[in-house]
Amino acid sequence: MASVVLSEAEKLYIVHGVQEDLRVDGRGCEDYRCAEVETDIVSNTSGSARVKLVDTDILVGIKAEMGTPKLEKPDEGYLEFFVDCSSNATPELEGRGGEELGTDIANTLYRVFSSENSVDLKSLCINPREHCWVLYVDVLLLEYGGNIFDAISIAVKAALFNTRIPKVRVLEDEEGTKEIELSDDPYDCIRLNVDEVPCIVTLSKIGYRHVVDATLQEEACSLASLLISVTSKGALTSMKKVGKGSLDPESIFEMMETGQRVGKSLHVALQKILDEEESLGTSRPKVGFLG
Amino acid sequence: MAAVTMRLPVPRAPLGPSATRGAEKHLVAPGDTITTDTGYMRGHGTYVEDDKLIASVAGVVERVNKLVCVRALKARYNGEVGDIVVGRITEVQQKRWKVETNSRLDSVLLLSSINLPGGELRRRSAEDELAMRDYLQEGDLISAEVQSIFSDGAVSLHTRSLKYGKLAQGVLVQVSPSLVKRQKTHFHDLPCGASVILGNNGFIWIYPTPEQKEEEAGGFTTNLEPVPLADREVISRLRNCVVALVTHKMMLFDTSILYCYEASLPHQIKDILKPEVMEEIILEARQRLLNLQG
Repeated sequence: MASVVLSEAEKLYIVHGVQEDLRVDGRGCEDYRCAEVETDIVSNTSGSARVKLVDTDILVGIKAEMGTPKLEKPDEGYLEFFVDCSSNATPELEGRGGEELGTDIANTLYRVFSSENSVDLKSLCINPREHCWVLYVDVLLLEYGGNIFDAISIAVKAALFNTRIPKVRVLEDEEGTKEIELSDDPYDCIRLNVDEVPCIVTLSKIGYRHVVDATLQEEACSLASLLISVTSKGALTSMKKVGKGSLDPESIFEMMETGQRVGKSLHVALQKILDEEESLGTSRPKVGFLG
Repeated sequence: MAAVTMRLPVPRAPLGPSATRGAEKHLVAPGDTITTDTGYMRGHGTYVEDDKLIASVAGVVERVNKLVCVRALKARYNGEVGDIVVGRITEVQQKRWKVETNSRLDSVLLLSSINLPGGELRRRSAEDELAMRDYLQEGDLISAEVQSIFSDGAVSLHTRSLKYGKLAQGVLVQVSPSLVKRQKTHFHDLPCGASVILGNNGFIWIYPTPEQKEEEAGGFTTNLEPVPLADREVISRLRNCVVALVTHKMMLFDTSILYCYEASLPHQIKDILKPEVMEEIILEARQRLLNLQG
C-alpha cells in the first residue's frame, strides 16, 4: 500500500492529537472529510459513479451483460469485481505493484457483497439455468489519498443506484427455442434496490483511540485497522483486520460499535445526495472531469 | 456525533477580470505561439518551429530585452543561493544526507555543513561519519539554507545557524513553490500563537512557538512533550487556512495567512475546508489585502 514517510516527532504530534479528539485538519475522530459524489458520468456504461474525498478519487463503472448463471445458483445473476490500481494513483503502484493492491480490494469487495441480501440477485435472472444478467463492476483508482476502501464502497453503491438494466422479454415459440427480445424504448429499464447494499467503514487504531477516514499521514501512524461493512440499518456483513499490529478484543468491540454508528450516518448522507441528484433529473449540469 | 457531509460537485467558476491586479499578464499554454518575430532569443520553456516561437509549458511569458522565456506556474523547485528550504531526509550516505525538497534532483546536505550538537567547531572525524544516523535519520524534517548549486542543478544545503536544524512536532503542508512569496525572512512567529516556516520549495511547516529561546544544542534536540490543546487548535486552523489559500491560488506570505486566519475565526476549524466557507474566507482576506496595498 502506498504510504508517506513521516518523522518521529510528526507521528507523535498526530497520535497526541487523536487522543484529544483534534486531528491535524480539525476533524474529530468520527468525522469524514468532505465527499463529492457524482453519478452517470461515463456514457457507455449501465451505471457509473465518481467519489472524491479531498485527495482520494475513485471511478466506478458498471456494465450489465448477459451470461449464464452459476451452477450452484441457477436462478440468480451475479456481480464481478475488477479493480485497477494504476500508477496514476501514486508512483509506488507502477508496473506490477498495483496488481496486489487491486486483487486485495477485489477480494474485499467480494466478501462484502457475499451476504445474500445485499443485492437482489434474483431480479437479475432472465431464464433460470440459461440466461441471467452479470454486472461487471470496474473500479478505477485515480488518486490515492488515504481511506480508499470507504471511498470505493460509496462509489460502488452510488453506481449500483445509477445502474439501468434494459428490460428483456423471453419469447418462446412452438419448437421450444427461446428468444430474448429487448424492449424498443431505451428508457425502459429496471433499477436495482440498493437499500441493503453495505458500505465499508475503515477504523484505524492510532495510539489508544481509533479514527474514521484516515489520511495518508494518519495511516502511517496506525499499526492496525479494522474494515467493517455496514448496511443502512446498521447490520454488519463482514469484518476484516489489516495491518501488522495487534488489536485487543475490547478495542475491537468498541471499533465495531463506532463503525456501526458511523456507517448508518454514512448511508443517510449518501442516500440524501443520491436522491437530490435524482430529483434534478436530466437538467442537471454534468461536471465530470472537465468541470 | 459522527459528521458525514456529501455534496454534488460544482463546476469551477471562471475567475472574473476583477481577480487580477496589476499589468495584464501574457498567459500561454503548451503549443501557443508567443511571437512570430524572429529577432528574439528563445529561453526556458520555449522552442522554435516554422519560424514561430512556441511555448512548451503552461505559464507566464517573461521578456528581458531580447530574451523570451516562459515561467511555468506549477513546476519543481529551482534552488537559488540564499533560499530557505524545508526538506525531508531520504537517504543517509557517506559524509552526506540526501534531502527531498520537491526539486528535480534530491538536495545534498554535507556532514561538514551542519552544526554539531554542543556547538563544537572541529574537523569531522570518522566517528562523526558513523554517528550520522544519530543526528538525522530517514524521514526527519529539517530547515536549511541553500549554500550553493551543483552543475547538474542539485542544491547543496547547510544548517550552519542556530535557527536551522531538525524540526520537532508540527504539521507540514506541501504546496507549489511558485505560491511562496519571496520575503526578507521566512520564519514567522504569528501573533495568533503559532510559528510558521515558509520554505521557498513549497514546504510549509507550522509548529507551536517554542516557549523560551533556549540555548539549543545546535538544533538537534527534539521536544517530545505533548502540545497543549489550545496550540493544536491554532495550528490546525492555520493549516486549513494555508490549504484554502493554495486552493484559490493566492500567494503565501505572513500577512495573507494572518488575514485568512482572522477571517476564519467565526467558523469551526473543520468547516474551513468546505467550498462555500472557503470562498467566503478567501474573499474577505483578499479584500483586506487589497485595502492594504491601495
